[in-house]
Amino acid sequence: MDNSTGKITLTYREALKQGLRKALQNDENVFLMGEDVGRYGGAFAVSKGLLQEFGADRIMDVPLSEAGFVGAGIGAAMAGMKPIIEVMTVNFSLLAMDQIVNNAATLLHMSGGQIYVPMIIRMGCGIGRQLAAQHSHSWEPFYAHIPGLIVLSAGTHEDARGMLRAALQSPDPVLLFEYTLMLNLEKEIAADLGFIDITKAKVLREGSAISIITYGTGVYKSLEAAAELALVGIEAEVIDLRVLRPLDERTFLESVAKTHRVLIVEDAWRSVSISSEISARIMEKAFYDLDAPVQRLCGVEVPIPYPAHLEEASIPQKNDIVNAVKKMIRHD
Amino acid sequence: MIEFQMPNLGADMEAGTLIEWKKKLGDTVQRGDIIAEVETQKGLIEIEVFDEGTIGELLIEEGTKVPVGTVMALIDPSAAVLETKKAKATSEKPIALQPIEEKTAVFSIKASPLARRIAAENHLDLSQVKGTGENDVITKDDVEQALATQKEQLLKVEKFPPDDAKILAQIEAVRTAIAAAMSKSKREIPHYYLEKKIDVSKATDWLIAKNKEKSVQERLLPVVLLIKATAKALTDFPELNAVWQNGLQLKKEIHIGFVVSLRNGGIIVPAIHNADIKNLDEIMADLNDIIPRARALKLRSSELSDATITVTNIGDGGAEMIFGVIYPPQVAIIGFGNISEQPFAEKGMLGIRTSIFATLAGDHRATDGLTGSRFLVALNNHLQNPEAL
Repeated sequence: MDNSTGKITLTYREALKQGLRKALQNDENVFLMGEDVGRYGGAFAVSKGLLQEFGADRIMDVPLSEAGFVGAGIGAAMAGMKPIIEVMTVNFSLLAMDQIVNNAATLLHMSGGQIYVPMIIRMGCGIGRQLAAQHSHSWEPFYAHIPGLIVLSAGTHEDARGMLRAALQSPDPVLLFEYTLMLNLEKEIAADLGFIDITKAKVLREGSAISIITYGTGVYKSLEAAAELALVGIEAEVIDLRVLRPLDERTFLESVAKTHRVLIVEDAWRSVSISSEISARIMEKAFYDLDAPVQRLCGVEVPIPYPAHLEEASIPQKNDIVNAVKKMIRHD
Repeated sequence: MIEFQMPNLGADMEAGTLIEWKKKLGDTVQRGDIIAEVETQKGLIEIEVFDEGTIGELLIEEGTKVPVGTVMALIDPSAAVLETKKAKATSEKPIALQPIEEKTAVFSIKASPLARRIAAENHLDLSQVKGTGENDVITKDDVEQALATQKEQLLKVEKFPPDDAKILAQIEAVRTAIAAAMSKSKREIPHYYLEKKIDVSKATDWLIAKNKEKSVQERLLPVVLLIKATAKALTDFPELNAVWQNGLQLKKEIHIGFVVSLRNGGIIVPAIHNADIKNLDEIMADLNDIIPRARALKLRSSELSDATITVTNIGDGGAEMIFGVIYPPQVAIIGFGNISEQPFAEKGMLGIRTSIFATLAGDHRATDGLTGSRFLVALNNHLQNPEAL
């Protein structure tokens, strides 16, 4: 939807699709493989119509074997191709964990620096719409734990559209987390993307009272919370981490030095999470800048519930963020 | 009801035997009271109670061995309130407890790392800062507030300095002035020094006799004779009563600068105007007026700037001689030491005389030693004729 201001309004799904299409157009070595990505158009309809446009050689339906097709993707990458592997949801990636951790992340090291694995694995992540305990996970922390991987989180429409293209420039395997919950969400973004950096976190809103550090679905929620907080005079800074591995410490440490207070927001379970890591690094490197203990809002540590109201209660929502910030600053 | 349990008196203790209840049903207990005697591996131990109330129930019979943690008695806390209120004033138990509590307070100042950092950087004592953060933790804002208040108070102090501060500032100013004048003197004035021992037995005898006629308030000090004799001698040697400013400039009037020591250190040199034409009583009156004012730093500007020569007098019990440093742009300074008995040779005879060492430091640009020497001789002569002063 073009308009005269150089902006377009589109859904998160459409943004992903545009990114994918662009990548396929730009480089003949790029191809998409995954379960139902071709004839069905993708479980979340992200690749709908791409089979017709690019043909069966470049949009490949694969058997239901994550270990098999992720492994095949690694092989293709080693052989000079640029595979984009879609793992329907992050839950299924557990079946390919051995390929991802022991092969994709490790081959460069094991080959003495001879073999690069320039592949991209896209995964639907987080709570969908009542997809229940087995299909709603936030497992970014699992992958952010592993050296050799680059782990990206597309928390905005800009990143949904642009991160893929930037990731294709990486010689190393990139895991790209996309958020099922946001697929139908419409936003207005610049029609021309420009350069998308996949090495840095991004300050999306500047503020002086507190740093809200987040990623994934927490990004828009935090921005909405910050807008609401501004109405009561609390200027919150919102940082989208974007790159979960390797972490861009500098951006959030600079923010802490400015605001002296931190709230970390994520959907993932609290224990051994991204927020644990951020909190630890702030303690290690910005302790004397802290005016209050770092606080976290994380996923409740239960299997994700099926009922909608419980599902909603299981991850931080905008109001939780607003309340947590007020409590930290005004002790409400 | 509060449960009283068999306490753990050491990690290795698993059980204890109740030997005797020290309180019975309905007794009031206070924190620190002995409620029971318990036999353990470590011997017979008196067990304290840490709650207040009335014994509601004794659950264990004497002689029973029970494991650590067993509820032994129930204490009703409600009945205690009134009694404790009454007992508090005379109670002695807080004495033992207080120091421990204080100690804890000192070590448990809750402040954010940032607040601590800012406080440390500004040498702020956090124990004086009230915390307004969550759970009363001291935050950056609290420290900055405290620093602002501190600064405000300092500014107030500066605006209305107490006497101490004023005096300190004055002392410093005096010191600075002395330093500047004396440095200039030693830098620019080529001093020559002369010394003469003067027999003042006659003068002191005359003074004692004279003072007998006077009331206590009017009595003269020896220094009055010295000032007057100096003034008279200067009339004979006007080139010493002068300033060196683009050459020697003689001064018609003789204003003798008299060195007054300040109580807090430093000196100030008020002028005794026209000392040559004033009589002894007038000079004494001048001194009585000027010395207290000089010490209070309340001199008139003329008194501070008019002197044409300086007299410095050590006074009773001090050094025998003083060689002065000329106060520019003057060209001479006369020094008098302590009046003392000295061996005195005269006409082949040795005697003991009340004497004073008079010195002169002269500006060699203005005068030569001969002038100075002659001046000291004249001074001597005047002091030998006190009645003529």
